[in-house]
Amino acid sequence: MSSPPPDALDVRVQLLAAELRCLVCQNQSIADSNAPLAVDLRAQIRELLQAGRSEADVRRFMTERYGDFILYRPPLDARTSVLWLGPGLMAAGGLLGLWALLRRRARLADDAFDPDTVLGSEAGAPDTSDMSDVPAARAHEGKALG
Amino acid sequence: MKHAVIPVALFVVLAVFLGIGLQRDPRHVPSPLIGKPAPAFALPNLADAQRVVRSQEWAGRPYVLNVWASWCAACRDEHPVLLAFAQQGVAPVYGLNYKDERPQALAWLQAHGDPYAASLFDAAGRLGIDLGVYGVPETFVVDRQGRIRFKHVGPLTPQVVREHIVPLIQVLNKEGT
Repeated sequence: MSSPPPDALDVRVQLLAAELRCLVCQNQSIADSNAPLAVDLRAQIRELLQAGRSEADVRRFMTERYGDFILYRPPLDARTSVLWLGPGLMAAGGLLGLWALLRRRARLADDAFDPDTVLGSEAGAPDTSDMSDVPAARAHEGKALG
Repeated sequence: MKHAVIPVALFVVLAVFLGIGLQRDPRHVPSPLIGKPAPAFALPNLADAQRVVRSQEWAGRPYVLNVWASWCAACRDEHPVLLAFAQQGVAPVYGLNYKDERPQALAWLQAHGDPYAASLFDAAGRLGIDLGVYGVPETFVVDRQGRIRFKHVGPLTPQVVREHIVPLIQVLNKEGT
C-alpha cells in the first residue's frame, strides 16, 4: 500500500527543514538527516506551522535556540558582511590588479620583454632593435660564466 | 625581487587566517543563549514520576545543569568529574535526563553514582530543544536570576571545571549581594 500524497503542511515542513542545517550531521539539512535531533526538529517545525506560525517565526524559533549557524543562508548584517561580500570583492580586486598590471605592461617598449632586460622596469633596455645587441648579450653571458 | 612583495604579503595574510581557522573546532556551535534567561519548564522528576519540578524552584542561587542519558557513552566518561564536582558543594548540580527511558536512566545512576540534587525527565527532548541541545552531554551554568551564563558541549573535564565553572560560580555567588 503506498503512502498518501504529501499535503500542503508536509511540503511547508520539508521546505523549511531543507533550509536548516542538521547540527549533529553538519553536512546534511534537517530535511535529509536521520539523526534523532533532526527528527525531533521536523516534528517541532510541523507543530509550529500547525499552530499558525509563519516560516519567519519558525526560523526565529530555531536561531533563538541554536544560533544563526542553523540557517544555511545566514542573515546579512555587519558580522556576516565579510562572508557575503568578501569573495565578490576579492574577485573584483584581483581583476582590477590584473587590469592595472596589463595596462602597465602595454605601455612598455617592445624590447622590455627581451629576456636580457629587467621586466617591468619603466626605463627598459637601451633601445636597440637590430641584432647588434646579440653579441653584447653573449659577451655578458660569457662574463657571468667565466 | 620587489615584485615578489605583494604576492608574499597576500600569502602571509592568507596563511595567518588559515592557521587561526584550522585550530578551531568546526563542529562547535556557539550558543545564542548565553546571557539570556534559561527556558521555563515544568517536568516530572526522574525518580518520582508524580512530582513535577518547575523552573522557579531552582531560582535564587547559581546552579549547574547537566544534560545526560543512559544511552550516551560520553556521559559515562565525564561522570567521575561530575561526581567530584558535586562533592565539592560549590553549587547544586541538577540533571536533565534527555530522551531516555525511566528504568534505564535510574539503573544507570544506580550503577555509576548519582551526583544530582534532582534530575528532570525530558522524554520528548522538548526542554532540550529549548536549551539548544545538539550533542549530549552538555552542561550549563545558570545564575541566581535564571540566566544562562556558560555552556559546555561534550564531556566535562577537570580542566573545564577548574578553569571555567568554579571561578564563574564564585563570581555569580557574589553578584547581586
